[in-house]
Amino acid sequence: MITYIFVFLAVLAVASALAMVISKNTVNSALFLVLNMVSLAGLFLLLKAQFLAVIQILVYAGAIMVLFLFVIMLLNVEDEESLFSRFRVKYFVAFLVGIAVFSQLLYSIGSFSEMLPEVAPEMTEAGTVEAVGEVLYSQYLLPFHIIALLLTAAVNGALMIAQHKIKPGASND
Amino acid sequence: MEPVTTTSYIVLGIALFMLLNSAALAVYAERRVAAFIQNRWGPNRVGPYGLFQPIADVVKLLLKEDVTPARGFKTIHAIAPMIPVFTALMTVAVIPFGDGLYATDINSGVLYILAINSLGVYGITLGGWASNSKYSLLGGLRAAAQMISYELPMGLAVASCILFAGSLSFIDVVNSQEVWWNVIRNPIAAVIFIVTAFAEANRTPFDLPEAEHELVGGYHTEYSSMKFGMFFLAEYMHVVVGSMLITTFFFGGYHLPFAGLWLPEMGVTAKAILDVSVFVLKTVFFAFLFIWVRWTIPRFKYNQVMKLGWKRLLPISIFNFLGLAVIVYFWHHYIA
Repeated sequence: MITYIFVFLAVLAVASALAMVISKNTVNSALFLVLNMVSLAGLFLLLKAQFLAVIQILVYAGAIMVLFLFVIMLLNVEDEESLFSRFRVKYFVAFLVGIAVFSQLLYSIGSFSEMLPEVAPEMTEAGTVEAVGEVLYSQYLLPFHIIALLLTAAVNGALMIAQHKIKPGASND
Repeated sequence: MEPVTTTSYIVLGIALFMLLNSAALAVYAERRVAAFIQNRWGPNRVGPYGLFQPIADVVKLLLKEDVTPARGFKTIHAIAPMIPVFTALMTVAVIPFGDGLYATDINSGVLYILAINSLGVYGITLGGWASNSKYSLLGGLRAAAQMISYELPMGLAVASCILFAGSLSFIDVVNSQEVWWNVIRNPIAAVIFIVTAFAEANRTPFDLPEAEHELVGGYHTEYSSMKFGMFFLAEYMHVVVGSMLITTFFFGGYHLPFAGLWLPEMGVTAKAILDVSVFVLKTVFFAFLFIWVRWTIPRFKYNQVMKLGWKRLLPISIFNFLGLAVIVYFWHHYIA
């Protein structure tokens, strides 16, 4: 069962990442990136890293990508030129080939259940909030503080740029 | 994480069923309470006291023609209304409805709720964008900006509850309130959380995304039939979910006031019935509060919403969190 979930999530992650790069429409690209992050969160869950999975969705999918979408929608970016010509038969053939390959994959995986190593019991404990917090605030305290400083500096920089007043009279075009 | 038991499935099934139906009941309650506040009758023709009005509404929505904007993005237009419904349904997985009555107890349940909540904004934003209409787009963008702004004070208000519980699990959050509810220990965060819950559910006075006097219908201007119905359903489910969260975080969950001091030991069944009724009653009260406020207070202007979020609620919630952290630290180390 876990093998099937893993294959589903892994294929989804790779496919959405590819679709993000290939997609002509910027909003579609952003949405595929969200899908990619959600499937990655699922993979983290399979590895019993609950905290990482939740944070992946909370920070990346929930906050950063919403801002990305916000900017893309506001700027109304025009569609990029297509990398592939619009040729319907090609899509159809590709679809059939994809189904053939995918069913072969599933068939071969179905007979091979030992693909994923068992997650050790101590690993289960390492993924909890308490474990992450304990390591973060003792062993990795210095890197943690440096990152905090870096982020604060970045926020200050963003504020400086945002509050930069355009001089009256200067041409704005 | 504990193993999944039969109780989990039963609780989850009942909770999902109740949540779906509670949306219909909330629509009926909203119309009746609005009518009562405005001194008129409201829907009272379909069935006794008009109780079958939601069924009639759903049938009407199902029978209507489903219009998709010709130049819009059809796929996203169809997917968008499902997202808020899914996110609302996903929240009941971690809420405890009684002693031992919960679907699952995950180690970072509180963060899970915040994460799921933050995904709900995609539905409204994408719905507004995919309609290819100025009004819809503006509504969607407003929703995105508003929900991002109010997520921060909400997260900090929740974090100050975590200080008392000492854990991110919902079970521990509720159990830490057995004697003292968080609203008594932490009233500032309670007020902030209730305000942000209103903003996250897009309810008046924060219903800027669908302000009808400036944006026609906001993000759902171009929606009709059951796709509109889904948005509508999601809005009321978010009201109910918001009420449940207010209850769980600040009003003791399924505990009666100061229950740890006076409540005698009871049998399992009696305790379960008492817990669930207490929880449901509190939820109903807060759902009523949502409706009450909608028909009492006028809508903010957009700049007022942003100012309230960033310049008032966020600093207050940060200082409240810091102050409480210091107090709890000294309490644990020097007094208790």
